[in-house]
Amino acid sequence: MADIVLDKVSKSFPDGTVAVQDVDLEIADGEFVILVGPSGCGKSTTLNMIAGLEDISSGELRIGGQRVNDKAPRDRDIAMVFQSYALYPNMTVRENMAFPLRLAKLDKETINAKVDEAAKVLELTPLLDRKPANLSGGQRQRVAMGRAIVRQPKAFLMDEPLSNLDAKLRVQMRTVVSRLQKQLGTTTVYVTHDQTEAMTLGDRVVIMRGGAVQQVGPPQELYDHPRNLFVAGFIGSPSMNFLHAAVQDGGLHTALGDVPLGDRVRRELEAADAPRELILGIRPEHFEDAELVDDDTRRRGLEFEAPADIVESMGSDKYVYFTVEGEKASAAELEELAADAGAADFAGAGGNLVTRLSAESPVTEGQTRRVWFNLEKIHLFDPSTGRNLTLHEGRAAGALAD
Amino acid sequence: MAVETTTRAKLRWGLLDVLVVVFALVPVLWIASLSFKTPATLTDGKFIPREWTLDNYKTIFDTDQFVRALINSIGIALIATLIAVVLGAMAAYAISRLDFPGKRLLVGVSLLIAMFPQVSLVSPLFEIERQLKIFDTWPGLILPYITFALPLAIYTLSAFFKQIPWDLEKAAKMDGATQAQAFRRVIAPLAAPGLFTTAILVFIFCWNDFLFAISLTSTERSRTVPAALSFFTGASQFEDPAGAICAAAVVITVPIILFVLFFQRRIVSGLTSGAVKG
Ligand SMILES: Nc1ncnc2c1ncn2[C@@H]1O[C@H](COP(=O)(O)OP(=O)(O)O)[C@@H](O)[C@H]1O
Ligand SMILES: [Mg+2]
Repeated sequence: MADIVLDKVSKSFPDGTVAVQDVDLEIADGEFVILVGPSGCGKSTTLNMIAGLEDISSGELRIGGQRVNDKAPRDRDIAMVFQSYALYPNMTVRENMAFPLRLAKLDKETINAKVDEAAKVLELTPLLDRKPANLSGGQRQRVAMGRAIVRQPKAFLMDEPLSNLDAKLRVQMRTVVSRLQKQLGTTTVYVTHDQTEAMTLGDRVVIMRGGAVQQVGPPQELYDHPRNLFVAGFIGSPSMNFLHAAVQDGGLHTALGDVPLGDRVRRELEAADAPRELILGIRPEHFEDAELVDDDTRRRGLEFEAPADIVESMGSDKYVYFTVEGEKASAAELEELAADAGAADFAGAGGNLVTRLSAESPVTEGQTRRVWFNLEKIHLFDPSTGRNLTLHEGRAAGALAD
Repeated sequence: MAVETTTRAKLRWGLLDVLVVVFALVPVLWIASLSFKTPATLTDGKFIPREWTLDNYKTIFDTDQFVRALINSIGIALIATLIAVVLGAMAAYAISRLDFPGKRLLVGVSLLIAMFPQVSLVSPLFEIERQLKIFDTWPGLILPYITFALPLAIYTLSAFFKQIPWDLEKAAKMDGATQAQAFRRVIAPLAAPGLFTTAILVFIFCWNDFLFAISLTSTERSRTVPAALSFFTGASQFEDPAGAICAAAVVITVPIILFVLFFQRRIVSGLTSGAVKG
């Protein structure tokens, strides 16, 4: 077991692609860290550099306090689980799991004992004599995990280990991975492009974009206090709503009405180079049917009227999609997010508003409804830099903060 | 998609198949039959020999001429195969795994070589080999064989190599293997069938060659069986050598037939690999 430290680690490929840029990251001993970001943002490259499968172009990588930049993978004592599982097709499950131990030149009895134990933990015992070709996807995945845990390495690296499984199995395996990691207490770096996986699995999440780290923190912190537009849009499902907001005499003019501003944000906007247009971000759960809001709460927000397009009743609450008029929010980050999610998933920047209302709301499709939203939960972003202007010392404070 | 196969359709196809097989096999069987006939009955036109004899086989194995040619054939084909497969494996590895400048050119040139009419090279090769003093030697045949077998080897091998999941090599390294161990214990066992199939194809190519064998040799020193056949005289000069020639033809055909029968699946997969994803 060991901690892993990335100190200004960069990677540029011979063809000039800079895949990873100055990544600083300290992973504590026993921590479960998730690298997440859209496809092509450099997650795998980062993981492969930690593994030793890719050379580090610049910067330093330390495992257990020791510089390992120039060490071969075999000398780093790290196990890896691949997206393709990479099981040896010519070996049985037992031989696959025993392979790292045989290379470590352990004696036969110890090897058998360790393999049997790992097989028991992962419920692979009846499959030990099968070849990988005769296993289901979930079973293969478990064998790959088994091969990683048998030799009790300093750390686990996993590159999208669940992305080849169907949705149901993925959820199931998620808990298996989580439990296994807690049980073993081994430092783990886990790569995924699925923000749900990132939110549910890790102690800390690292969000990457274009080779650079955007924000590092516990899932809830990233969700509540996104440092920039990209993080705000990437984390959360359904994603945050983004609206165009024009700065006008100390307030904001938006499609949801005129939003008053507190002193702090106003001061920021008084600077000479301050943006005249902002992007307003608000999560679906910060809306409520205006009928159901008590007076005390009402004061902290604003109300608007809009036609409800679609009502999806989830039982515990209702997802209601409204159409709002007005200019669309536009920023490079939003386009990127929409492209990554395949547009369907990312309604965020369109003329559509996704809201989560209480199940008691009598709203029906086609009806024009009065909706309240919480001004304290609003985020304001600078469209050119993506910076979250409502963030104060790392905390989001809403539009009204003084 | 369900294909309707009525009995009549089956019958028709069956007949057609038989026809094709007969058409292909009759000449081979005819030669086999001739090889078992005595000189007296050689020209009687009967398909089944009236008097069976192994004299022809005895004759060819008694004459130095044939035994020597057989040794040449085996030696030359084996050496050429070995070198072509080793070189081909290296080239195919590079083509399937690495991106390097001139990769397309290499593939294009090797395709060009495979298409080149061999007969147009015979005279220049003859002159070159005489100058280099390798005319009528083993290397004199091995070299052109390698040249023409390499494209075949590169093509089949790179098709095989492309099917090997290279994540396995990374996985082996992560599991604590050195580069050499990763190759020997994980990649080699997966590459072996491809190497083997390619070796068979290349060997058959070298074994069957007549053009180079006849034009680049002049004595028994390096003449291979296909070329030697045309110089056969029989036991004595006055005997008709047809029976012996047929026996020799059977002797060099049988190993190929056995090869193909045993490794049929492998060879077919070698020839079609890459065409469809297995
Ligand atoms: N061998 C390589 N040569 C050149 N560019 C590469 C290579 N491998 C990856 N890249 C590029 O580096 C970037 C990051 O890739 P990767 O780390 O695989 O992304 P992710 O795993 O986050 O999807 C991508 O733009 C990719 O095209
Ligand atoms: Mg990846």
